[in-house]
Amino acid sequence: MQSRKLIVLAAIWAVLLLAPYWMVPLGGYTALATRVLVLGLAAMSLNFLLGFTGVLSFGHAAYFGLGAYGAGLTLKYLALSTPLAIVAGMLLGGLCGAILGTLIVRRRGVYFAMVTIAFGQVFYYIAFQWSSLTGGDDGLRGFARQPLDFGLLKLDILTDANSFYYFVLFCFALVVGAMGFILRSPFGRTMIAIRENERRSRFLGIPVERHIWIAFTLSCFFMGAAGALYALVNNFADPRGLHYSQSGDFVMMAVMGGMRSFWGPLLGAAVFVVLQDYLSSVTVNWMSFVGLLFVLVVLFFPRGLLGFFQRSRA
Amino acid sequence: MNVLEINNLTKRFGNLVAVREVSLNVAKGELCAIIGPNGAGKTTFFNLISGFFPPTSGTIIFDGNDITRLATHERVARGMARTFQITEIFPELTVFENVRIATEVADGFRLRAWIGKTQTAKVHQQVEATLKLVSLETKAGRLVGELAHGDQRAAEIAMALALKPHLLLLDEPTAGMGDQETYQITQLIRKLHRDSNYSIVLIEHDMRVVFHLADRVCVLDQGRMLAQGTPQQIAANEAVQAAYLGQAA
Repeated sequence: MQSRKLIVLAAIWAVLLLAPYWMVPLGGYTALATRVLVLGLAAMSLNFLLGFTGVLSFGHAAYFGLGAYGAGLTLKYLALSTPLAIVAGMLLGGLCGAILGTLIVRRRGVYFAMVTIAFGQVFYYIAFQWSSLTGGDDGLRGFARQPLDFGLLKLDILTDANSFYYFVLFCFALVVGAMGFILRSPFGRTMIAIRENERRSRFLGIPVERHIWIAFTLSCFFMGAAGALYALVNNFADPRGLHYSQSGDFVMMAVMGGMRSFWGPLLGAAVFVVLQDYLSSVTVNWMSFVGLLFVLVVLFFPRGLLGFFQRSRA
Repeated sequence: MNVLEINNLTKRFGNLVAVREVSLNVAKGELCAIIGPNGAGKTTFFNLISGFFPPTSGTIIFDGNDITRLATHERVARGMARTFQITEIFPELTVFENVRIATEVADGFRLRAWIGKTQTAKVHQQVEATLKLVSLETKAGRLVGELAHGDQRAAEIAMALALKPHLLLLDEPTAGMGDQETYQITQLIRKLHRDSNYSIVLIEHDMRVVFHLADRVCVLDQGRMLAQGTPQQIAANEAVQAAYLGQAA
């Protein structure tokens, strides 16, 4: 059992490490793989909360978008440093999540989801209206990711797609590693306990609200990191990245891939991004097909694509 | 020395007085059974003790400290553990995981992102000891949700025991069970009380269980404490017979 898990894990990382080499012959391109990684990271960050604490945030795009603007504004006005931009995006998303989280975690279920949407939309309208800083509806332009300089080794992530992919994969690995580490810890087990049975958790002596707040805040930090990477992918930050429809996309990726599995949301994001890339060149109504697939998955594989594979193996 | 001292506890829901000026002392190592007809306020009384909601008036002293206004998890941290009439467990986790979470919380690890090898080994040891106490050691790897009702109840009691409580509150531990399972859980509670010297308050409908286990029986009726005494005294009490036993017979 344990060795089987290790083999699966090794296979996943091998697929990710070799992506630029097998994507291209299959008709893809490296930048597509990069997008999958970044949106997959966002979906996994959301799922850290949805799948492992059992609370549905429908406004997580806000922290994704804040991460993007944090990174973009840092590069544009503060410092020409890619790592610094990522840290800034992560902090902006995470800190805003921490503050709003104190208000949000008192609600449950539909009310929790509604409050997260409402706060998310607040950030959307701020980004939309504050044109002098954020570029308003046009989005934030005029910045670009900077090549990495390690003294001896220079990594040109701006123009070399493969270098950038591996840089993103490195960041992805750090964040995903942190998620996996936390989920395997005593604190991670209290998250799962809350998901499984809130009343029992409370009567085991877990202050449930505080633990949900910590999980929410961590999830927002991860989301901020994903958003920062997304700004670097496009050299652009878009107010629509904060919009609740973007939050809906993340929920869709997580549910489609399988929200009870750690890697499910990455698969969901891959399906979503690849379908979008392929279908949007064929039809402007690509979203109807993605939506149709989503409905089919929810109807026939309620545990998501990966959940289905895991179950049939068991 | 009393583990629990409850003075004039009252709970109103609007016009309804669910619990009316109930007082109760539980001595260390005592097993006190609460009986009463449906709607007598037994579960409400339990919810007040365990902090599910606050009382309208009255005080609750636990281990010599006033806990009337404390939140649930703070009461648990001070050594109060309870089970529910409808079993509250983590159905999709294994028996081992269920008890491990309780053990880690009791050991103060709930906020830790990492614990060392020796601490992990110590937690495992405690989990195994707890499972042995409730005779679930052979089912440690099974999902709790797939177990028989009696075993699920035993798992819930194991989680409560993992908290190293000074007081166990058991809400109808044999509810919905057949004779075999009732016997099994009764023997378990008897063992916890006699051999491990736990202080226990339990709500129970099954009179065989009550008379088999209890040092003292408290009768609630319409939110009031109707009578307290040894099982023999309660069986002979006319008011109790009128309110409850007579009605049942």
